[in-house]
Amino acid sequence: MVVRSARGHGDPGESGTGQGYGDEQRERVGFFTDTSVCIGCKACEVACKEWNSVPEDGLDFTAMSFDNSVGLGADTWRHVAFVEQRRPLGHQDAGVGRPAPVDLGMPSTELPGAYTGVEEREEFRWLMASDVCKHCTSAACLDVCPTGSLFRTEFGTVVVQQDICNGCGYCVSACPYGVIDRREDDGRAWKCTMCYDRIGDGMEPACAKACPTDSIQFGNLDELRERAARRLEDLHGAGVSSARLYGEDPGDGVGGNAAFFLLLDEPEVYGMPPDPVVTTRDLPSMWAHAGLAAAALLVGSAAAFAGRRR
Amino acid sequence: MSTSDVTREGVRGQRPGRDAVTGSARVVGEGQRRRHGGRRGGPTRVPDAEFRSYYGRPVLNQVVWEASDIGGYLFLGGLAGASSVLAAGAELTGRDAMARPLKYTALAAISGSVVALVHDLGRPERFLNMLRVVKPTSPMSVGTWILTAYGPLAGVAAVTAATGWFPRIGRAATLGAAAVGPLVATYTAPLVCDTAVPSWHEGYRYMPFLFAASASAAAGGAGLVASPLGQSGPARRAAVGGALVETAVSTAMEHRMGLAGEPYRLGTAGVFVRAAKALTLAGAAGAVLGRRSRAVSALSGAALLAGSACTRLGVFHAGKQSAADPKYTVVPQRRRMAERAAEPAAEQEARAEAAGRTAGRAGSGGAGGGAAGA
Repeated sequence: MVVRSARGHGDPGESGTGQGYGDEQRERVGFFTDTSVCIGCKACEVACKEWNSVPEDGLDFTAMSFDNSVGLGADTWRHVAFVEQRRPLGHQDAGVGRPAPVDLGMPSTELPGAYTGVEEREEFRWLMASDVCKHCTSAACLDVCPTGSLFRTEFGTVVVQQDICNGCGYCVSACPYGVIDRREDDGRAWKCTMCYDRIGDGMEPACAKACPTDSIQFGNLDELRERAARRLEDLHGAGVSSARLYGEDPGDGVGGNAAFFLLLDEPEVYGMPPDPVVTTRDLPSMWAHAGLAAAALLVGSAAAFAGRRR
Repeated sequence: MSTSDVTREGVRGQRPGRDAVTGSARVVGEGQRRRHGGRRGGPTRVPDAEFRSYYGRPVLNQVVWEASDIGGYLFLGGLAGASSVLAAGAELTGRDAMARPLKYTALAAISGSVVALVHDLGRPERFLNMLRVVKPTSPMSVGTWILTAYGPLAGVAAVTAATGWFPRIGRAATLGAAAVGPLVATYTAPLVCDTAVPSWHEGYRYMPFLFAASASAAAGGAGLVASPLGQSGPARRAAVGGALVETAVSTAMEHRMGLAGEPYRLGTAGVFVRAAKALTLAGAAGAVLGRRSRAVSALSGAALLAGSACTRLGVFHAGKQSAADPKYTVVPQRRRMAERAAEPAAEQEARAEAAGRTAGRAGSGGAGGGAAGA
């Protein structure tokens, strides 16, 4: 039996970096998913399933653009979101009379608007993003796991030990991102391991390896953060003012993510929470309130006996 | 080539205002939203919020616990814990006919709890893995150890009461169970609140008191059902006190949680919460007015037990409902970010990084958000 320290949250610098491994501790690694170059090919989803032997979980028409895997879960460790946006920007519409016919043109291999100028381009854009477990610095799933099945690796990632998990399902409710889930026919909780077996051998995770546009980049977390900052600067310089980083800030509610993103719209548009907070941040206060309530129950019950004797 | 004709009503074939901006997540229709937001007999206290989402899909993964297992456990655990407290009080004040049935109640309830908890595991045969570690960060781990201490005490207390063997050990076990009992009744509040589920987490300041009061009402109710009029006075007082506090805390919690309180008024959760209040108040009234009638007292006790169970099931379902709708995740978080961005400069300095980033995001959001909101 092992007594685990109450720490491990609220102390991002230490808990997230695989502290406690001594000499075996390795540099913290992560994913930088640059969604501005994602082409929605789903190679990451396929590579992940293949490498990790994740079972098939239904190929459905979801009516959500080209998305057929819906969201992260026990059997979807990489999920490509497809967002179609009509952005009525810079268009004037008098609003009278018959709408003018629109020349759809002949199909061509040129970029829309390549010869006619920016103002003639269609008011439509694709947002594609490959979502994954964030491997939080303060990971709620790990904090609440009652068996110690979830643990922090020497790389600072968060992994489920499948031989220990008893399927209590607490991690599922604790995750602020809706990542980890229980597999129906198996009863245990599953999620991305950041290919723990591969990175231990110096290889990059399957999804990053398969990504044809380097939208998914794997590496040392500090380097990735620098790279992301430069990329954000470039995009802002190029006029893509909607670009923003998500999950890269160690000062956020989960102490920063090892898997962070460059997004082109608000996080919730991609199905991510805008301001997630690790639930165990409030746990000391919860215990204090519960203790007070327990004392009140004891005192109240005693008072019930203090009255008349009948 | 055009399919639209101009008529007196406007352009036919064109549906003005129906042009949904993809990704803007007006998934909930205006009428539906109004119906959800509005409370009976008064304006909603939480203003309807615009929010964006990914095709209306929830941000969180749904709670995998079963209502009958975990909702039932919340009730049974509370009943067991508070029954042990009342049983000890009854024994110490010489009310044997009240102490004995309450000890049996505690043992039966805690046994049912353990069965429900093990049954709810994805791998029930691995339930002993819970005893591998002690983790204060996991209320489930702490709860496992509380139950491990409490179960045998409640068992010994009940068996010695039934058989009359080892009275001293029985007395010690009774007192021990009474000491641990309140923890059994209240730790379940951090258990559900220490999650990302909005309608559970946001209620963490109220939930322990709601659960403690609900447990007192249930155990008092059990005392009224099982013990004779001559001895059930304390059970009656515990029941009525618990019932009143339970109703008050439940109402306060729903209204002070902001948007996360809304699911407590809607759907299945709303039915359970309203049933809980009706049963609990009726039971309390019956317990007071029918104090000279054994039958009315027993009936009131049963109503209180049912009310307590409904309270727990209401909480359980409200959590599930809040996890199923991205609104309850996104809107409060957006509001929090807006509040942070609006903080005075001095406070902002203290949080330099987080707040600065929020402001930066808000600034760059203009180009990205046609239908941005909150």
